[in-house]
Amino acid sequence: MNDRQTRFDMPPHTDVAWCPGCGNHLLLRAVKGALEECGIDPLRLVMVSGIGQAAKAPQYISSHMFNGLHGRALPAALGIRLANRNLTVVVESGDGDMYGEGGNHFLHAIRRNFDVTVIVHNNMVYGLTKGQASPTSQTGMKTPVQVQGVMLEPFNPLAVAIALDAPFVARSFAGDEALTQRIIAEAIRFRGCAIVDVFQPCVIFNRLNTYQWFREHTAPVPESHDPTDRLQAFALALQSEPLPLGVFYRNENRALYEDLVAIAEEPLFRQPPPSLEAIERMLGPFRQG
Amino acid sequence: MQDLSMVFEGAAGQGVQTITRLLLPALKRSGLEVFACTEFMSRIRGGSNSTEIRVASIPRRAYLKRIDLLFALSTRARENLGERIGSGTLVFADPAECPLFPEGTCIAAPVRTLALQAGSPVYSNTVVAGMVFGLLGLPPEPLQESVGRAFSLKGEDIAESNRHAAMLGYDWGGSCPAGERLALPEVQPKEAGELMIMDGISALGVGTVAAGCNFISSYPMSPSTGLLTWLARQAGDFGIVVDQAEDEIAAVNAGLGASYAGARAVVTTSGGGFDLMQEGLSLAGIMELPLVVHLGQRPGPATGMPTRTEQGDLGLVVHAGHGEFPRAVFAPGTHEELATLAGHAFGVAARFQMPAFILTDQFLLDAETTVDADALRRLYPVDGVTETGDAYRRYAFTPDGLSPRGVPGFGSGVVRADSHEHTEEGLITERFELRHRMMEKRLGRLRTLREEALMPTAIGPVGDARTLLVGWGSNRGVIEEALELLGEPAIAGLHFPQVFPLNPAVATLIGDRRVVVLENNATGQFADLLLPETGIRAARRILKATGEPFSVEEVLEALQEEVRP
Repeated sequence: MNDRQTRFDMPPHTDVAWCPGCGNHLLLRAVKGALEECGIDPLRLVMVSGIGQAAKAPQYISSHMFNGLHGRALPAALGIRLANRNLTVVVESGDGDMYGEGGNHFLHAIRRNFDVTVIVHNNMVYGLTKGQASPTSQTGMKTPVQVQGVMLEPFNPLAVAIALDAPFVARSFAGDEALTQRIIAEAIRFRGCAIVDVFQPCVIFNRLNTYQWFREHTAPVPESHDPTDRLQAFALALQSEPLPLGVFYRNENRALYEDLVAIAEEPLFRQPPPSLEAIERMLGPFRQG
Repeated sequence: MQDLSMVFEGAAGQGVQTITRLLLPALKRSGLEVFACTEFMSRIRGGSNSTEIRVASIPRRAYLKRIDLLFALSTRARENLGERIGSGTLVFADPAECPLFPEGTCIAAPVRTLALQAGSPVYSNTVVAGMVFGLLGLPPEPLQESVGRAFSLKGEDIAESNRHAAMLGYDWGGSCPAGERLALPEVQPKEAGELMIMDGISALGVGTVAAGCNFISSYPMSPSTGLLTWLARQAGDFGIVVDQAEDEIAAVNAGLGASYAGARAVVTTSGGGFDLMQEGLSLAGIMELPLVVHLGQRPGPATGMPTRTEQGDLGLVVHAGHGEFPRAVFAPGTHEELATLAGHAFGVAARFQMPAFILTDQFLLDAETTVDADALRRLYPVDGVTETGDAYRRYAFTPDGLSPRGVPGFGSGVVRADSHEHTEEGLITERFELRHRMMEKRLGRLRTLREEALMPTAIGPVGDARTLLVGWGSNRGVIEEALELLGEPAIAGLHFPQVFPLNPAVATLIGDRRVVVLENNATGQFADLLLPETGIRAARRILKATGEPFSVEEVLEALQEEVRP
């Protein structure tokens, strides 16, 4: 599947800033494959990201792009969706960006449930700043800062998302491209805030969680699992040996934020200027005769 | 008598603002000019808050320390306002609520008794409004009209009880001998034009809506929250998207996401909240996104005094955000300017594709007065977005540094916005030469921005003056009034509605005259800006950072030092 072409490909001379062997390359292919599979129009798609190596992904996808600040992809994505709900918005960022710097936005994006696909490249380490612990680093991992080894329990994004009733929660492993593409395609098609955490090996700074490690410590979600059962999904999210891969949770019943707050179909940039009649009405309560 | 100063004091939750709501239109309808300003404590119930209503024959918009008539409705009135009570102050207090004062002339006013007579203690504020009208010897009809308008929506019973309460107060006031001591300013008969009374935040809100603003994402913070609630109230009629953000960082980033997608976006906040937005401001700078930021100032640092007033954040907004990028800062001085400069800020942000600030403060936002309705109706054309073509480049180099602004979903081009230094296409780059050109592109617009910057408003005969009293933002009213009372032709005033960047013509206008800068802060932030922006050095700074606005009296006193030999 390495030579597939998509409408989302950048010119061949594009300089990609990722290391050889990085899981991001596989994930990028899976994202583009999923976008193609879903029949997304590149001119109706905005790729949004924060900062970090993962957050460079939109730079390598031929579509609209908002590559904003570290940790702030989700608020920007919200603003874009509220200004134009005809756009498909996909957020791609890393574990540090989404679960550390942007943790508060992660909680509140799920609470709002606006239509967005959130793909988190989870390599359990900070790559671009050279190897410090991330919120998902395993305990015991030694780093230049955590010299005695990481002491804090890792953040569990799936359990948090399910606790907040995120309507679509899934996990994949970048090394399994077919699974990753299938899950991301399902997430893009899902109407609502879809969270996809993807294990992505960092071949330079994470010597613990390698391709081999992920293969040995993950297993597909059991076929018997009912993704509409929230408690079962939560139990799955707490499971660690092996770490399940697949769709944990789906809730079709949550209202979309855009509908709750009655966002019009017409994008804000097409809105005509306010009418004089409406302005007169607004001034009415101040008129004293 | 030039003017009369009345103060109404009560605890939070006592509804003293009802008195203002009834009296302002009623007094205006009686032919008088009115201005009200408010001071209040950071609490929901209790404490001591007060509203000053000034009644004059000509428009006034400044805080006067002197109190001619005080209605003390809480037990803490004396503690709060004691030092403003002089021998000329006529104090009215209800012995049922508040012990009588030894200072001034204190008169027992049976507010509660009359309210009960009208049916309930909730009519107390209406009784007070009636007492004032009676004491001033004004015909009751304009007050009755106010009462009718204010309570008509609450049902005929309630409206009728309030009319009754007003008349009970009116009769008591009319028969109170102390009323003879209250001389009203002479009323000059005027054309009964359109009458509109508005607080500052509503004026700002009207201007924001008229400018075509259709997106706000903000986190509540005094004294700026009113713009968020105002736009929420207008959202249905004008198709405005309103989002209460989880924090100010989310607010500014959502605003920028919306602006990228073509919305006319605003965020409203105060100093502390804006601190959190600074990285976002810098993002607006590199992405060349229009964004209007309303910053309602209150005293800092940190939490400071949340409900009080100050002009302490000018330096903050001028220097906010890392890196170098253009911006404009507007500082309205009147209610009309709150509306017109809001419109102007949207126009400037859109045209120059950058952030524009509206810098206000608690004093101006909470002040209420009559406004010129025509100023509020002006519509501000906001530069639209352009349809993109196949070869569209968001940051294409142009002679003036401004690239056509495309948005996603409009045209056949791809629109990329990047927080990194970027190519014309909006993709990450580390090429030094390109970086240099992009910096020139973004900063180059500062030249036009300066040349088109709003000139200061002249107060008095500026041409002949030897000394210029310079102010900005909410101090316009106090400068106008103090200079008028001073009556010294050698001193005139300049009020800056735009405080950054400054027009190069300002240096010529001021020349080598003595410059005295008046600011509601501790260090003289505008005076510090005047030197690098215009080369003009302030000879003197009149400063105040107590949490209160300048009073007319203290500015007059400070100016008298300028005329003494």
